Parts: sequence; structure tokens; C-alpha cells
Amino acid sequence: MAKQITKSYKTKKRIKNVIVHAFLAILAAIWVLPIFWVILTSFRAEPGSYVDSFFPKSYTLDNYVKLFTDTNILNFPKMFLNTLIIAIFSCIISCFFVLSVAYCMSRLRFKLRKPFMNIAMILGLFPGFMSMIAVYYILKTLGLSEGGMIRVALVLVYSAGSGMGFYIAKGFFDTIPKAIDEAAYIDGATKWQVFTKLTIPLSKPIIVYTVLTSFLAPWLDFIFAKVICRANSDYYTVAIGLWNMLSKEYIDVWYTRFAAGAVCVSIPIAILFVYLQRYYAEGMSGAVKG
Amino acid sequence: MKFNKKKKMKEFQDPYSFANAVTEGDSMTKLSMVIMGAGHFKHKQFIKGALFLLFELAFILFMVTNGFYNLSKLPGLGEAAQEGVWNEAKGIYEYSTGDNSLTILLYGIATIFLLIGFILVWRLCVKSSYKSQKLASEGKHLNTFKEDIASLLDENLAGLLLTGPVLGILIFTILPLVYMISMAFTNYSIKGNHLVLFDWVGLKNFGTVLNFNNSIGKEFWSVLGWTLVWAVFATFLNYLFGMLLAILINRKETHWKSFWRFCFILSIAVPQFVSLLIMRTMLQPEGAVNVLLKNAGWISTSLPFFTDVTWARVSVIVINLWVGIPYTMMQVTGILQNIPAELYESAKIDGANAFVTFMKITLPYMLFVTTPYLITQFTGNVNNFNVIYLLSGGDPTPVGATAGKTDLLVTWLYKLTIDKQYYSIGAVIGIFTFIVLAIVALVTYRNTGSYKDEEGFM
Repeated sequence: MAKQITKSYKTKKRIKNVIVHAFLAILAAIWVLPIFWVILTSFRAEPGSYVDSFFPKSYTLDNYVKLFTDTNILNFPKMFLNTLIIAIFSCIISCFFVLSVAYCMSRLRFKLRKPFMNIAMILGLFPGFMSMIAVYYILKTLGLSEGGMIRVALVLVYSAGSGMGFYIAKGFFDTIPKAIDEAAYIDGATKWQVFTKLTIPLSKPIIVYTVLTSFLAPWLDFIFAKVICRANSDYYTVAIGLWNMLSKEYIDVWYTRFAAGAVCVSIPIAILFVYLQRYYAEGMSGAVKG
Repeated sequence: MKFNKKKKMKEFQDPYSFANAVTEGDSMTKLSMVIMGAGHFKHKQFIKGALFLLFELAFILFMVTNGFYNLSKLPGLGEAAQEGVWNEAKGIYEYSTGDNSLTILLYGIATIFLLIGFILVWRLCVKSSYKSQKLASEGKHLNTFKEDIASLLDENLAGLLLTGPVLGILIFTILPLVYMISMAFTNYSIKGNHLVLFDWVGLKNFGTVLNFNNSIGKEFWSVLGWTLVWAVFATFLNYLFGMLLAILINRKETHWKSFWRFCFILSIAVPQFVSLLIMRTMLQPEGAVNVLLKNAGWISTSLPFFTDVTWARVSVIVINLWVGIPYTMMQVTGILQNIPAELYESAKIDGANAFVTFMKITLPYMLFVTTPYLITQFTGNVNNFNVIYLLSGGDPTPVGATAGKTDLLVTWLYKLTIDKQYYSIGAVIGIFTFIVLAIVALVTYRNTGSYKDEEGFM
């Protein structure tokens, strides 16, 4: 009798397991399918966005070759370089800003701490690009809206306000036991030393997370980039370039190259992301697990 | 609470406050109010005093050359239009520069910012001079300039670390915001040709937007309604399904956990605008999905993904699920593993099934821990420009309307300013978006544990 019960329980469990796995497989297929589609399209030999079959009729590497060599209309290699330069500089500045603000809010106690946190929260509620036009005029007044200064302008746009995004890093610093700091103070360390020699080395996950998010921002944003670059195609970032490839006048020729470009941008980002997502998870859940 | 506040006040009480400086300062401290740095010179803090003095001189120079002019122009926002005068001698039209209200407004606001900044430094100078006076009279040690610099790395570290970020926020976030907000009170718009010269009009634009009887007003209320519906659905469906997915993957019996996670996380790793643009081309009337379905013989006419109102609204919500669920899954996985296992054990012993366990243990626990996350998600969705703009572009748009049926307040704001150049109305919409978000966020956020008891976590 008892044997029978365990047996039926076991088959029930097995059925349940099969259902769960099948369900997950279907979901995973839905999530991977569009990505798979882009990769297929990037190797498609027939041009244009119109297709009548899921799989391409013939395959080619031409889209990739053309993307990097046909630089008359849309200079993709240059856009890639622009974005890389902007990303590196804005990443350095934002990381410094975010970590400093987060440390101040978490560890230092001063009069303007609470007001600063409240103001940062309130500012975060305004739609970011509501002030986009104003930002453009400010950059113009500062003489940063023409020529090579556009790169500086973009770096500033992506990094200047980053100090407001301190919440996650602050949450992380909050989980580092204060006793460690106090021990260092007793040994005569200054606050700066505690910040650079204790807190920073203990915060690898959140630093990686901050570096990653701020490095990615210029690759992903195209709204600000579009408003600031306007018609200066020499300083376009990858995002504007890809967006332009899908505009009406280019889509027929450039659609498959767009797919190739999307793959080229996505692969490094995806590798970084998948490799670093454990840091992301750790950063979310704190430094010292309870 | 009251007690708490009192304690806080005491914690930061400053014996060298500005009020004390005014009442008890000696002649040199009082002189500092006119000639900044005077008090410091008296106490031999020459470098500090010189810096203050230099700052004051620079500010006065700026005000005399530009500042007062900028401020004087602010109330009228400029009157002189650009005019062409026929020059007989040269045989050409010579154009006078004319006023540009936009620049006048920006310079005016920037001047006000500098003025406020100057007042703050001025207060600091008087206070610091009073402090020197007090310390000197008590025979205590006065910091040399070198020691002041060194203190930036220790007790004044906050000052050192925050200067850069705060300046960045001031110039690139607050200044533009004030600039845009003030535009809401002007008639800066292509309507009536006010693109170069415009004037203050008070609350007129707010009246236009809130009025049911004109086209902008009607559109505002319908866009606001859809924005809220969208935000609620997008937030809670993503949250719920993301959590269920995380639970499914986290189950003890599920195999290949990291493989499943990888599949879903891959979609985050692809830049959002790329995946959204691809979805958009796939779902066009002649796009891949429709063509494939027709070829398979399942449908005879194209499915109206972005051309029919209901279809479009459901499509954007569903595609947003595709975008959002992996995020929630990633965020939630770690927290789920932190739920005490005893809770589940005892529920099992009491004979609770999976649904009851989810409703009575998992969901309440998660809601408690992730309320701040939910609020950020909600505000993020109200401001979710990318998904709407890249997918449907706000379409379908009725003929003659400025807002489409899937337009959110933010995408409408974008269209009004960038495409239509109704800058003043756009600024009003931006302010209303903020008001909606502020109400939601403040009401919920103030009630969460993590705000009330920040240190409670430790």
C-alpha cells in the first residue's frame, strides 16, 4: 500500500517536472527567437526587409564586409570608434561620481545628507529628456555643440548627472559592517584612506556593476545623441547609425547590414553582460551575506 | 517622530552659525560681510582670505559686465525683433542682431544660479571668519591652509567627494529643468510665431492643457488615462510573471538552471533599441510575422499589430513583457533565495499547496522587500519612452491629432517639442508627468520600511 502511494507520488512528480521543463523550453524559445532571427538576417543574401520564409534562401558574409567597408553614406567603423571613446570617458567619470556620492550618503553624516537624498529622488521623477532641449542650449552656450566638441558634450551628458544614480551602490555600502571602518579609525586612518583602502576593495561586485552600466549607456542611448549630434554625421554614435539604417531611404539596401551591425554591437555587450551578471546579482544582495 | 527631529537638529547644531556671526562677530567679522576674507586676514589665514576676496571680485566683475544686464532683461524676455535696414552706400540689407528670448531666459536663470551660489559662499565666508575669531579668542589652534586642505581628506571628505557630482547635477540636471519649467509659463511655441521672441503668459498654458473643451485638453486626459493603465499593467504583469519565472527556475527539481537563466538574460544583453526595432519591422503589416502566418495559411489578412487601437495597446504591453520579465527575474532571484526555508517547511507540514504558499508566503515577503523596486519600475514605465517610441511610435494616430492612441505623456511631450515645436505646451506636459509620478512615489515610498528606518536593515 505504502509502496503504491510513493509510486503514484513519484509519477505525479515526474509529470509535473516534464510539464515545467516543457513550459520553460517554450518560453526560452520565445525569448531567443527574435535574437536568432537577427543573426539569420545578418547572413541573408537577399536584400530588403521583406521576407517570405523564416530561413534565408542563401547565406553570405557580404553584409558584414559591406558594413565595415562601404563607408560613403553611413560610416559604421567611425561610429563604432566614436561610441567607444565616449563610453570609456563617460564610464570613468560616472563611476567616480556614483561611488563618491554613494559613499558619502552611506558612511558620512553631514547636514545636507537627507535633503540631498530627497532632492535626488525628486529629480529622478522628471522625465529625463524633458530638459533635453535645454541641455542642448546650455551646451551650445558653452561652445560644445560644434565639431570635435560634440564628443565632449556627449561625455558630459552621459556622466554629469550620474551622481543621482547612487541608490544601488549606497545600498551595497550599507551592508559593509561599520565595525570595519571603526577599527581603521582607531588605527589612525583618515576617512579618505578608509574609502580608498577599505570600502573600494570590498566592493568589487558593485564597482563592476557601475562600470558596466555606465559603459553601456552611450551604446544604448540614441535620443540624446540624436538631439546633440543633429546633422554632424562625423560624430554619430552606433545607436544613431543603426536607427538611420532603418529609415525609409536606407532600409531596402541597409536592412541586412543593420542586422549585421546589431550583431556586432550586441556580441561584445552580451559577452560582458553574461560574464558579469553574477556581479550584478551579488551587488544587489549586498557585500556580506547574513 | 518629534523627538527624533529634535535629536537630529542637535546632531548638526553649529556653534559657529551665521546668526551667531551676525550678532556676536567682532568688527573684522562684520567687515567680512562687505569685504570677504577680511576676518581671515586678521587671523593670518592669508591664502584663505585671498581666495574669498578673489571670488568676490570675480563675482562683482561678472555682475557689472553681464549679470545685471541679464537680470534686467529677464522680466521682458527681449523686445527687439531682428530688422533689416537698407544700407544705401553698400547696397545691401544690414540686419540688426535682435533679441533672442531663449538666450535671454537661459542667461537670466544662470545668473540667478550664480547669485545664489555667491550668497552661499558669502555666508560660508562670514561663518568661517567668525569661527576664526572665536577660536583665536579662546586661544585654540587655528587651521593653516595646509591643514584645511588635509581636512578635505578626513572630516570634510564629503565636501571633496560631492563637489564634482553636485556641480554636474546642478549644471546638467537642475539648470535645464528650471529652464524648461520656466518655459511652461511663456508662449514659446510655433503657434503665433513665438520661436524667437516670446513673453511670460502666466498660467495660460496650464489652462489650455487642463481644459476639456479644446483639442489639446481632450488629448491630455486621454493620454494621461492610457499612461496610467499602461504603467499599472506593465509594472504588475512584469513583476508577477518575472517572479513566477524565477520561482520555476529556482525549484529544487528544475534541471539546467543556469541554461534557462542564460536564455532569458540573453535578451537583456541585446541593446533594447535593437530588439525593439527588430520587433517593429517583424510586426508590420507586410513584416515577417504576417507573411509567415499568411504563407502557413493561418490568416488571410494581415494582423493589425500597430494599426488598430486595441491591438496596438495589447501589442506594446505584451512586447514590454518580453523586455521586462528577464529583468525582474534577475532582480528577484537573489531575494527569493533569502526567504527563510523554515517558512516553506512549516507550510508544507500544514499541507499548503503551491498556490497557497505563493500567495501567503512568497508574495507578501517579496512585496515587503521590493516595494522600492516596484516604485522605480512604475515611474520607469510612466517614463518608458523607448518601448513606445520604437515600437508603435504612438500610432495609430487619429487624423489631425497630435497624440496617438498608444502615446504616453513622455512620447507625446517628445512629439510636441521636437516635431511640432509647441515648446510651452510640452513643458506643461512634462510638469504634469512629474506631478503624477511625485504623488505616486511619495505616497508609497514614505510608507515603506526602508525609508522610515534606514538603519534598521543592519
